[in-house]
Amino acid sequence: MTKWLDSQGIDEDVVVSTRIRLARNIEKYKFPNLIDMEEADKITEDILNALMEVEEKYLFYRNRDLDQFERNSFVEKHLISPNLSEKVDYGSFFLRKDEKSTIMINEEDHIRIQVLLAGLDLEEGWKVCSAIDDELEKSIKFAFHERFGYLTACPTNVGTGLRASVMLHLPALSVSGQMNNIMEGLRKMGLTVRGLYGEGSKALGNLYQISNQTSIGEKEEDVIKKINKIILQIIARERNTREHILEKKGIQAEDKVFRSLGILNYSRVMSMVEAMSHLSNVKFGTDMGLIDKIESKEIVKLMLDIQPASIQKYQKGEKDSDHMIQTDVLRGQTLREKLKILEG
Amino acid sequence: MLCESCNKNQATLHFTKIINGEVEEKHLCDICAKSKDDFDFDFPFPFHKLFTGLLEFSGKDQIEEMNFKKINCPRCGLDYKKFLESGKFGCSKCYEVFPEEIGVLLRDIHGHSTHVGKVPARAEDSIFKKREVESLKKELEENIKIENFEKAAILRDEIKKINEKIETTEG
Repeated sequence: MTKWLDSQGIDEDVVVSTRIRLARNIEKYKFPNLIDMEEADKITEDILNALMEVEEKYLFYRNRDLDQFERNSFVEKHLISPNLSEKVDYGSFFLRKDEKSTIMINEEDHIRIQVLLAGLDLEEGWKVCSAIDDELEKSIKFAFHERFGYLTACPTNVGTGLRASVMLHLPALSVSGQMNNIMEGLRKMGLTVRGLYGEGSKALGNLYQISNQTSIGEKEEDVIKKINKIILQIIARERNTREHILEKKGIQAEDKVFRSLGILNYSRVMSMVEAMSHLSNVKFGTDMGLIDKIESKEIVKLMLDIQPASIQKYQKGEKDSDHMIQTDVLRGQTLREKLKILEG
Repeated sequence: MLCESCNKNQATLHFTKIINGEVEEKHLCDICAKSKDDFDFDFPFPFHKLFTGLLEFSGKDQIEEMNFKKINCPRCGLDYKKFLESGKFGCSKCYEVFPEEIGVLLRDIHGHSTHVGKVPARAEDSIFKKREVESLKKELEENIKIENFEKAAILRDEIKKINEKIETTEG
């Protein structure tokens, strides 16, 4: 379930993915925080009708037809938001068959359009998102205010309803202690940075997500351009630092990469924190040409595959207890098996 | 209970985190919580309290304030107090109930309160015309300031013409 990663992206040695989301509401209904089951179904019905013409491109899921593991697994692959997965009764979503876009229904807003692309591709993401928006608009009257723009349940999304985020793998900037400075600078430019899956300043797997913080007062295209410019600078800095590390501490870096690969290949119990850290080292190794047997993208897929719900789903038949240790054992096993296949 | 991060101060923030079904309890003191807040966006300090705090009553006396707090959205029934609690509006009509206050709130959150981006096709024509009027008005003021009355007269006529068009399409 990581099809969206399959297509070739730009700057993939540093950028994992680009995500664009648009929030929209239907004028005639109350926002999802105040609706009941009946209204939720009407909203879903309206959107189903609006998408009739493009229906064959999508798969439609109702949350109430999925179990918790299935829903969480969609979340871990970034195909739906955690917030939507919690709307067990009201929530539903359209997933395009190539997994590049999702239309979430009755999340915080009636409609959340999401486009997910491999590598850095903000402009394409916005184009696709906007086209879906146009398609829906043909038959749906969106809540729109002349001054405030598209109206949303939360005032932090009002205006464009746009959030553009880019997920970056920044091992060199992290290890050289530059991340705090960068995050400080980004915040001053009105962008948000957060570690993915992580807490505090320790982002798991050195994965960071950068996105715009404000949604009103700037044109969508200008927001996209601004983020793009900043991301390109971060990419250049990460690449420079990687080169610098290999130049100054080549053998130590290589040692770290291969130790991690060894541990992943032979461990029996593997926590998520440990796995993400080793996978980050291996990804660094593949991106820098230290490891040539494994494609870097396969490591990203592994990072997604070892999240808790995905692990449990992957091993569904054999799961007899929810204990963490069980999951850690399954994770170790999954990693060994998958790496074996990748290394041929 | 002591803060689990520094083990020195009294823990003042207690919360439960549920991520992918894994439950985790946290007990932190103010200082440690703040240092974590620096980066951790999962930190459950009710974020909306930050901005609903910004939506302060703009009037003067208490009676007025009491009345203000009682105003409900005529469509979904949401009142000011409920908005403060959840940080979320109930429907699109809510935005029309307190337009002034919401304008201030949006400026505080975003630095702006006027949308300039994409508009629905159905509203496109009239909105673009109105945006044009706004920019012509600014130009008009500038020309009056520098006493360029000839240009100002042309601009005034142009504004009048567009306004008439807007009225006929909306009327």
